[in-house]
Amino acid sequence: MSSNPGRPRFDAVDFAAQYAAFIFLILLVIGFAILQPNFLNPFNLLNVLRQVSISGLIAIGMTFVILTAGIDLSVGSLVALCGLAGAYVAKGGLDSRFAIGAAEQAGNPVWMATGVAILVGMGAGAVQGLAITRLRVPPFVVTLGGLSAWRGAALLLSDGGPISGFTPDYTWWGQGRIWTIPVPVILFAVAAILAHVVLRYTRFGLHVYAVGGNAAAATLNTVSTRRIVFSVYVIVGFFCGLAAFILSARLNSAEAVAGLGLELDVIAAVVIGGTSLFGGVGTIFGTVSGALLIGVLRNGLVLLNVSSFVQQIVIGVILVLAVAVDQAAMSRKGR
Amino acid sequence: MTPLLELSGITKHFGAIEALAGVDITLGHGEIVGLMGDNGAGKSTLVKIVAGNFAPSAGDMRLGGRPVRFGSPLDAREAGVEVVYQDLALCDNLSASLNIFLGRELTRGIGPLRFLDRRAMAARARELFAELKTNTVPGDLVKSMSGGQRQAVAIARTRLAEPKIVLMDEPTAAISVRQVAEVLELIRTLSRAGHTVVLISHRMPDVFSICDRVIVLRRGTKVADKPVSATSPEEVTGLITGAIEAA
Ligand SMILES: Nc1ncnc2c1ncn2[C@@H]1O[C@H](COP(=O)(O)OP(=O)(O)OP(=O)(O)O)[C@@H](O)[C@H]1O
Ligand SMILES: [Mg+2]
Repeated sequence: MSSNPGRPRFDAVDFAAQYAAFIFLILLVIGFAILQPNFLNPFNLLNVLRQVSISGLIAIGMTFVILTAGIDLSVGSLVALCGLAGAYVAKGGLDSRFAIGAAEQAGNPVWMATGVAILVGMGAGAVQGLAITRLRVPPFVVTLGGLSAWRGAALLLSDGGPISGFTPDYTWWGQGRIWTIPVPVILFAVAAILAHVVLRYTRFGLHVYAVGGNAAAATLNTVSTRRIVFSVYVIVGFFCGLAAFILSARLNSAEAVAGLGLELDVIAAVVIGGTSLFGGVGTIFGTVSGALLIGVLRNGLVLLNVSSFVQQIVIGVILVLAVAVDQAAMSRKGR
Repeated sequence: MTPLLELSGITKHFGAIEALAGVDITLGHGEIVGLMGDNGAGKSTLVKIVAGNFAPSAGDMRLGGRPVRFGSPLDAREAGVEVVYQDLALCDNLSASLNIFLGRELTRGIGPLRFLDRRAMAARARELFAELKTNTVPGDLVKSMSGGQRQAVAIARTRLAEPKIVLMDEPTAAISVRQVAEVLELIRTLSRAGHTVVLISHRMPDVFSICDRVIVLRRGTKVADKPVSATSPEEVTGLITGAIEAA
């Protein structure tokens, strides 16, 4: 018998599944830098980061969900609803929806708008979490319902039109900078670090992995699978609320069509980042890499004058390739 | 002395299937009881009821004379019941040591701000594996492990607390001859320390070498419950298959 049997050997497929997004990201950055020197311009890079931060924030929450082998298709619609809810509070109703400047006297302080946006997100997540854990409707179906329902609620709330024109201390959260770093980028970075710590170093994080790895075994080992599953949908709801607020601040407007198709970018970032749709495997580092990869790809292709239609095709192909790598890693584990 | 665990009239239905039909079992302190029966006889179902995973359809449990009702595996674990499940209940994506500590992780930190103490868990896991004389490595992912190493992880888990009862559902099904001897020795050690062990096994020699008593289930009913010294492998085989009606 060898002294150390079962030592993990270096495994190329495993490694690729884990770090593919990061490696590919670095290669892209190098490639674009060579083809288009403007790409490395700090303003451009910060711009990429700022564009990525909205979907990136939600992708952090989505990582928790997908780690439990769940999915949330409703995030785009929820962003519209949360953004409008926050804007509604900031403006004190629909009457002054277009009023700019002094007219927003009737409105409420920014922190209340932020709080409401986030609470609406968490509330919607809680509703979905309950439907999944108590009514045992599969996450795909529950959140497909949410995709429709939250958008409908947003249209109802806004009466179809936008709510725009916020105070400067509101728009600062989307347009402001600290030193030269855009505020959304800072929030994205802080959220990523916190989420990493929670997933990697806390009992809750470990239980998220355990539920995704083998929910039945986790339950037998006294992990409350229901509580964990419920929580991850509340978490992604929280990030939808925060992202919605930032988005409305950046655009100085909230509207019911905000976040259309956003779920695609978010899920793509998580999956390209190496998180397995089967649950139990994935990291925040991967998700951040995946989100950056999509952002850099879009930006670079724009700088190279590639049509946005081609961009969509490229991102679609990369998504499928990422899952193919995941499947290859999976099937060799005999699952 | 009151018995440690008394089960009376335990019944369990899964839809139309009656997995257990009114089973009475009494376990004494420090006893080693062999639980035998054909596939589908209801052994694992009984284990999962005592472990708080299923609620019985009917029947009562008493632990140390007091009526108990386990609503969850946590209730059972806190009452001193440890289990090696037949399917081992392992998370493939986690390391051996994290699997051992799943649900009762060691943490450190200040106040409510607590973080996993992976090093302490790995160290304790290493000790447990040494006790079990297995070559399992605490940091390895369970998915990369052999059947015997996986079984060692599930058994090591029962050694974390000082349990009153250890239920082992075929703990020796996938392990080598040498490791079987270690597990049997572990069961004896547990019993000498006053722990009660229920061993579910299809292996006659294991049951006859360490158990004080053997209970046979057939299609959800108890058909025998007698000291090992008062029976023989032949009789037990007959009871399991139904060649002998009851004893
Ligand atoms: N969760 C469940 N849902 C439905 N039926 C079940 C469930 N668990 C067990 N059963 C049924 O209950 C009966 C007893 O099963 P059990 O697993 O207790 O048998 P066993 O004695 O452990 O058999 P084996 O030796 O094969 O492990 C079987 O008919 C089985 O199909
Ligand atoms: Mg069984």
